Amino acid sequence: MNEERMSVIVQTIASILFPIILIFSFYIIMHGHLTPGGGFQGGAVGASAVALLIVAFGARYVENKMREENLSAFESVGGLVFVIVSILGIFVATTFLTNFLVGEPLFGIIPKWGVSPLNSGGVLPILNIAVGMKVIGGLASVVLMLAIASKEGEK
Amino acid sequence: MIEISLFEIALILMSVFMIASAIIAVWFKDLLASVITLAVMSLILSLYFYVLQAPDVAIAEAGVGAALTTAILIITVRATERMEED
Repeated sequence: MNEERMSVIVQTIASILFPIILIFSFYIIMHGHLTPGGGFQGGAVGASAVALLIVAFGARYVENKMREENLSAFESVGGLVFVIVSILGIFVATTFLTNFLVGEPLFGIIPKWGVSPLNSGGVLPILNIAVGMKVIGGLASVVLMLAIASKEGEK
Repeated sequence: MIEISLFEIALILMSVFMIASAIIAVWFKDLLASVITLAVMSLILSLYFYVLQAPDVAIAEAGVGAALTTAILIITVRATERMEED
């Protein structure tokens, strides 16, 4: 139980499941304004994919593949996008967090009754993506640093 | 005669399974098996949230409770001892 990696069966299943879980997490984040779920839920699912890799392959391998600084930078980019889009509401429209993209061609399609296209919702999908980036980076770096610190405490 | 619908039977069954898995998680001496039992409890809890028509909370519970907490506890068990001493 103390060795770095788990068995070959666990590694194979983890490497098959990792892209599927990531795609599901992106699906939850992108459909956050239409279906249940959103930035936090999709981010938690995506971070659980990284945690699966850490449990299966060991912390050293994952740290070599995705550095912890990159995860922290990813998280900071998410927070920055959220704050910038929120403050843009003051200058473009009236107040903080104004939905200034309604009616624009990018995300601002106003749907008819019963129809829910993906590019509706104005500024909400951008905020969902920002929250998802922040949660994926934060939770994944927490689990990664915990695994690395517990490995270093062993020696 | 009290009428019990299928919905209430499902709620009672899920409550019983949740309490049973929580008690088993305390009772096990093997901490890895205890962690897996806690994950089972969290999964049934997310099913409970879904049945009570809160699918948003159900996704959050399944992501955080059943996956991330299990991973963190498995890493902690791996760093310490697997068997609980008497």
